[in-house]
Amino acid sequence: MTSDQTPATPDSGGQDLAQARAPRPEERRFADKHGSWGRQGGPADTSGYDGLVRPSVEPATAVRPYGGWFDAVVDVLNELVPGAVTRVLTQGGELTLEIATGLLTETARALRDDPRLRFEGCMSVSGVHYPDHVGHELHVVYSLQSYTHRHRIRLEVMVPDDNPHVPSVVPTYPAADWHERETWDMFGVIFDGHPALTRILMPDDWYGHPQRKDYPLGGIPVEYKGATIAPPDERRSY
Amino acid sequence: MSDQTPTADPTRTDPYEVPEDADRGDTSDDRPDYLGGVGDAAEGTVYTASGGDWDEIVASQAERGDERLVVNMGPQHPSTHGVLRLVLETEGETVTSLRPAIGYLHTGIEKSMEFRSWTQGVTFCTRMDYLMPFWNEAAYCLSVERLLGIEDDIPERAKVIRVMLLELNRISSHLGGIGPSGMEIGALTVMTAALREREMLLDIYEAITGLRMNHGFIRPGGVANDVGKAEIAEVRNSLKWMTTHTREILTLVEHNPIFKGRYSGVAHLDLAQCMAMGVTGPMLRSTGYAWDLRKEMPVLDYETYDFDVITRDTCDAHGRFMIRFDEIWESMKIVEQCLERLEKLEGAPFMVDDPKIAWPAQLAIGNDGIGNSNEHIKHIMGESMEALIHHFKIVTEGFKVPVGQAYVPLESPKGELGAHVVSDGGTRPWRAHFRDPSFNHLQAMPMMTEGGMLSDVVVAISTLDPVLGGVDR
Repeated sequence: MTSDQTPATPDSGGQDLAQARAPRPEERRFADKHGSWGRQGGPADTSGYDGLVRPSVEPATAVRPYGGWFDAVVDVLNELVPGAVTRVLTQGGELTLEIATGLLTETARALRDDPRLRFEGCMSVSGVHYPDHVGHELHVVYSLQSYTHRHRIRLEVMVPDDNPHVPSVVPTYPAADWHERETWDMFGVIFDGHPALTRILMPDDWYGHPQRKDYPLGGIPVEYKGATIAPPDERRSY
Repeated sequence: MSDQTPTADPTRTDPYEVPEDADRGDTSDDRPDYLGGVGDAAEGTVYTASGGDWDEIVASQAERGDERLVVNMGPQHPSTHGVLRLVLETEGETVTSLRPAIGYLHTGIEKSMEFRSWTQGVTFCTRMDYLMPFWNEAAYCLSVERLLGIEDDIPERAKVIRVMLLELNRISSHLGGIGPSGMEIGALTVMTAALREREMLLDIYEAITGLRMNHGFIRPGGVANDVGKAEIAEVRNSLKWMTTHTREILTLVEHNPIFKGRYSGVAHLDLAQCMAMGVTGPMLRSTGYAWDLRKEMPVLDYETYDFDVITRDTCDAHGRFMIRFDEIWESMKIVEQCLERLEKLEGAPFMVDDPKIAWPAQLAIGNDGIGNSNEHIKHIMGESMEALIHHFKIVTEGFKVPVGQAYVPLESPKGELGAHVVSDGGTRPWRAHFRDPSFNHLQAMPMMTEGGMLSDVVVAISTLDPVLGGVDR
């Protein structure tokens, strides 16, 4: 890779970690972890560490300079769509921009059309469900690629569970069509302005959105020589 | 907070219970069309063509004098490469509308991965696009390694083994695209010859990983086992054999006027369309644009290998067929370079030097062809209690991955493949989403086929080379 492509060293995330700002409480995506066996609802924690509380250590918000072309992209975007970028992360040498949901359409258009940005392709859209990120439970993550500049960024918008409306980027990126349908199907995110937001992987008459964290995995215990093994979602996790 | 299970719809106690008054349609089935869906409303006459003699249907349709016919092709159809379903509206032999329907092979792999350890995830994702299992594994492992922050610590030998397997896999995946391309238009010998070549590669996979598919061989941190001298020799022999024999497929079709007639100028997709629809891989390169992530955003030291990016500028099915063929030779070039490097790196580590991540056990070949390494068993059972505890903990618990998300795009045989992996800091993925090239490419089917001939639809499918295991996941 040329230095132009990798402004950040993988471990420091493109910045001095001492300068990086710890996420504010409302930015934290995961709740504290209790006990030694992690997940709640499984078998009782007999490890002796059941009183342990470990706070979630999350990637820090990046501070300037972000390094390489990252600063220029954020500057241009701030100039074209003021207020769109609400938070910048540079974990792992990847630029993640958290975008205000209401400004997503304008942001996508600016990212595609401005000659300094030229993110021509929306390669992937995926949903993530963070039930502990109160008020921002559903995240939609876009991976954009600039063929012209060989850049890649990630956009992230967050919506609450009880009002999961995100403007569709299909008018700007037709490739997002099926990806948004899949995100609706799997997470229940409603993409306003999508030409035909229907289920794509599950049957049309399916109830629920299977990839949400509150949707059960299902499964039955497996019996072998008299002993049983619980289904995967009831097993202990760490 | 975390001891409460959040619900999707707070107004309902069980958000996923099917309501009593759910409209499931008319369940009484007294209609003669017993193969049709229950309660499906249909406009006009419905024909059920399920094999056998279609004369009656043809005669009946001719009598009506209406050229417009809505055809449901698939999900069980020999030309749809698995369980792809196409809903076609035809006017005579012209396709006026095409809508792909997918999901018939959805098995919830991404959801299942959320309930297994990071290492176990490999065994799930390898089954997605079953023609390119190593690519699925690599996409997942590279994203996990970026989250772990060990990208720079992956040993050289592991990277070379990965590249070798990936490029061998590119050949076998392309053979899986080329073969059906011939079969689709009646040239069955192309298929049988491609399967014969693919068999050579599957034998190599079996020698190296123990399995012909579903390998689970590329693991976070490196690869599961070393590649020995015998395997290197086998790869050499097979490549030598293939260099002379794979060309036979090309000689079958290269100057064949029927093949050229069926493939040239068909399934047109130009650069603007490819960019708008996110189409990558051989499809994009058939527009003359030399976009290859191995050159543009290289990982696994791809920039140190000598190979060319193959392009054509025909924007059609014929160009894509030829690109796939030429890429086989380029991949063979890369594999040759890998073999040379492997010989130089003999005895070097193939797993990251971090006992908290690296799988402790090695497999060895026992009398029955399978088995554990006796050395390792002797060590943990007879010599070191600590080693036994460590073995037990890493196998049952696995390792923790720092909170965050990563996406490493790869140039798979079919186009861009990447895994968006999210961690909550635990021993299991919080989310693993695969951007499968076939899933994305099927969106372009209407663009390629509408306004064309019905018979060209199967050519368009074969030029996409979709694998429904990857599409539906």
